[in-house]
Amino acid sequence: MSEDRSAVLSRKDFVSDQEVRWCPGCGDYSILAQTQKVLPSIGIPREKYVFVSGIGCSSRFPYYMNTYGFHTIHGRAPTVATGIKTANPELSVWIVTGDGDGLSIGGNHLLHTIRRNLGVKILLFNNRIYGLTKGQYSPTSELGMRTRSSPMGSVDYPVHPCCFAVAAEGTFVARAIDSDTKHLAMVLERAARHEGTAFVEIYQNCVIFNDGAFDSVTERDDGTVHLVDGEPIVFGTNRGKGIRRKDGALEVVTLGNGVGEKDLLVHREDEPDPGIAFQLARMDAPGFPVALGVFRSVRRPTYEEMVEEQIRRAREEKGPVDLDALLREGECWEIK
Amino acid sequence: MERSTEQPKTRSVPIEEVEQVVIRFAGDSGDGMQLTGSQFTHTSAVIGNDISTLPDYPAEIRAPAGSLPGVSSFQIHFGSTDVQTPGDQPDVLVAMNPAALKVHLPDLSRNARVLVNTDAFTPQNLKKALYESNPLEDGSLADFQVVKIPITTLNARALKESALPKKQLDRCKNFWALGLLYWLYDRPLEPTLDWIRAHFAGRAEIAEANAAALKAGFVYGEVGEVFTTHYKVRKASIEPGVYRKVSGNDALVLGCVAASLLADTPLLYASYPITPASDVLHGLARYKHVGVRTVQSEDEIAAMGIALGAAYAGNLGVTGTSGPGLALKGEMLGLAVMTELPVVVLDIQRAGPSTGLPTKTEQSDLLLGLFGRSGDSPVVVLAPATPADCFAIAIEAFRIAVKYMVPVVVLSDGYLGNGAEPWKLPRAADLPKIDVRHPNDPKGFLPYLRDPTTLARPWAIPGTPGFEHRIGGIEKADKSGNVNYDPANHQLMTELRLRKVEGIADDIPEAAVEGPLRGDLLLLTWGSTYGAVSQAAKKARAMGRSVGHVHLRHLNPFPRNLGDLLRGYEKVLVPENNTGQLRFLIRSRYLVDASGMNKVSGQPFKIREVLAKIEEFI
Ligand code: SF4
Repeated sequence: MSEDRSAVLSRKDFVSDQEVRWCPGCGDYSILAQTQKVLPSIGIPREKYVFVSGIGCSSRFPYYMNTYGFHTIHGRAPTVATGIKTANPELSVWIVTGDGDGLSIGGNHLLHTIRRNLGVKILLFNNRIYGLTKGQYSPTSELGMRTRSSPMGSVDYPVHPCCFAVAAEGTFVARAIDSDTKHLAMVLERAARHEGTAFVEIYQNCVIFNDGAFDSVTERDDGTVHLVDGEPIVFGTNRGKGIRRKDGALEVVTLGNGVGEKDLLVHREDEPDPGIAFQLARMDAPGFPVALGVFRSVRRPTYEEMVEEQIRRAREEKGPVDLDALLREGECWEIK
Repeated sequence: MERSTEQPKTRSVPIEEVEQVVIRFAGDSGDGMQLTGSQFTHTSAVIGNDISTLPDYPAEIRAPAGSLPGVSSFQIHFGSTDVQTPGDQPDVLVAMNPAALKVHLPDLSRNARVLVNTDAFTPQNLKKALYESNPLEDGSLADFQVVKIPITTLNARALKESALPKKQLDRCKNFWALGLLYWLYDRPLEPTLDWIRAHFAGRAEIAEANAAALKAGFVYGEVGEVFTTHYKVRKASIEPGVYRKVSGNDALVLGCVAASLLADTPLLYASYPITPASDVLHGLARYKHVGVRTVQSEDEIAAMGIALGAAYAGNLGVTGTSGPGLALKGEMLGLAVMTELPVVVLDIQRAGPSTGLPTKTEQSDLLLGLFGRSGDSPVVVLAPATPADCFAIAIEAFRIAVKYMVPVVVLSDGYLGNGAEPWKLPRAADLPKIDVRHPNDPKGFLPYLRDPTTLARPWAIPGTPGFEHRIGGIEKADKSGNVNYDPANHQLMTELRLRKVEGIADDIPEAAVEGPLRGDLLLLTWGSTYGAVSQAAKKARAMGRSVGHVHLRHLNPFPRNLGDLLRGYEKVLVPENNTGQLRFLIRSRYLVDASGMNKVSGQPFKIREVLAKIEEFI
């Protein structure tokens, strides 16, 4: 094995020999392809990648990546990933989850992983449905959605995954969509390079059980807005609309008639107040465009950095370890 | 043992020799009974007595002072012959307040000695202890030898020179009581005086006050004319060596740390706080300098997942919990079975089901440990016999886990976890090495290609070039480890997982018998019942009974010779702190008509209970 294999890696190096078994037309294919395309450019050798997943359609992902992979159990991928990353901080650990896996059965682990700022990437494929179990409403399904388990419409209010991540003090929170592959690749690359938890929600179309879930967003010109760090938030045909923050609330304004870009909210990924990222992440139809891009990107010490620092300090203070001496710590006595 | 020159030398009171004594120190949580007990223990150990101890803390964190739930106690059994339990019944109860008397009186036999601090028997304290009349005056203690001493007053008198405020002086009264007990059982003051000096270094006034209280209590024994005799307990014939006192939880911590060093592999311990296992988390958190990583997880499931992830990444992955937590870990443990990773689970059992009695002991997770997962999912199950044995069992757990690539469940319990005994420190060089192997030739590597002898699969860890592979909870194809739904493959893999665990029986010691190899009765035990049952069997043999005792440290697989041993006796009796879980296994596995002795009161067996049962059986 040569040491510098990473230098010559290509997309093909990340493709495993396993036959991909998602339904034809599933949005998962695009996410897989973009991930395989982005990773060679990051400069991390292939053997240092570990993909960890839970249960659901998305969770087949590790089998298709020619890296280390662990397909765990429903909702628990973050726990196994925490063990891997804490044991070996040099690994690039990716969690692949879905709206049911990550936010329903695994909601607790997702919260705590993000809160700890563990240096892992979390890709949450949001298709607003349970696909693998054949079509029940999920924590992101709209109120009133008719599914096999909600024939008269769901009476559960949905959660916005990126709001959840921001509220959990996420240091990197972003949203992308399977159909916009260039933007998706950009977001994945940003996530790959982030130090700390990188949370990425990916709108993913399930052609079988919830086809067209995001059509209302993608088909209209003013259905989405792309966030660009340091720039005023504009969107729509000919960039004719913008987002303004007034009295603490966001509003959509049409540019012109005395309203210019200078009046708009300038997006800052490192804005100290996470409240604005929360507001942006929560924008939804009707009335607002859905925001795509990086809501928040800040640097703070990661969990594993702090763990390693404590170990380093403890070693410095206590010196080298000898098992015999260690057993004899505390009150000992000798019987002759 | 050289006497301290500081110690009073008068010897007017006659001294009598006794073999074994059980003392229980009891008082309010604020009275320092744990400290008093552990000082008495340390001194007794230093002068060469054999010892065993058991603390009992209130379940409430801050119960009101003087109340019944606020009582804290510490029992020590010391003697010149081998002491294996903290003792059936106290010979002496030291009750620092009415609540302590009320809580512990029912445990005393007639004629036991009760030493009370009369100063604490105020109307207010009597009311808090729900006494309608003063037991010191109403004749209700007629069955006991009551020794009434105004400890608070005498302590204050002894410390009248001190400049400390009265409240602080009063807090020295546990040392006064300790001094009195040192006189009563002829122990030196020096070890405790040393401890006081070290512990209160820089706080000279407090150190002096405590030392003065200790000495005053001792002198009072000599001159106070309360006792007509005092007692001597000879040195036990203990193997020479360096000793320290360990609780089971301390020993598990040290065992984990030792395993990490013996395996030359970092250890990661993930755990969610739970009684009575939290001390293992606290203990391991202090070994960062050994490279130990501790993760306090968000819940029990996460702890299991983190330990498993760490094992996958090449660490010694371990989690600890108590019964309800083990129930939560079941699914993830199933994943560990499927992915065949070397993860260790420590279950410090407590009385269940559900929340049960968190501070009380039980052995009722045996079947949960063996079978508590979906599907056929065999794991190795071990159980320590004594507090100190927790050290060896932790090392054994990792040895098996990494050699066979298999999850191992260790069943300790609250009695072992909190109980303590002297431990002869092993020499590191004498401990078994743990041989960790990671494959290094990627040619021909398959994640489920097994070692022909152990049936272990290779432990290829992330970060190693050329071994990139995927594992998971879906059934694996033999050898390649690919996802596989083929019926014949599932049959094969299920059998392989089972055979692997069964095969470990060739790599563990055969079960040994204490007593005759054939006879009228065999006592079969596992876990913390060892001490009481072993002593009872010994006593029965001394009375001429034909009683053998087999104690199991390996519960899955069982030692190879167990079936043969069981058939050597007329009757088989299985004493357990559950309703018959090992008995159930033995009966079904060996078709032996075993009977049970089942105590589920949250209390360990007493020697005489077992002895009585043996008599009934023969
Ligand atoms: S069910 Fe939906 S999410 Fe699952 S593979 Fe098919 S299209 Fe994709």
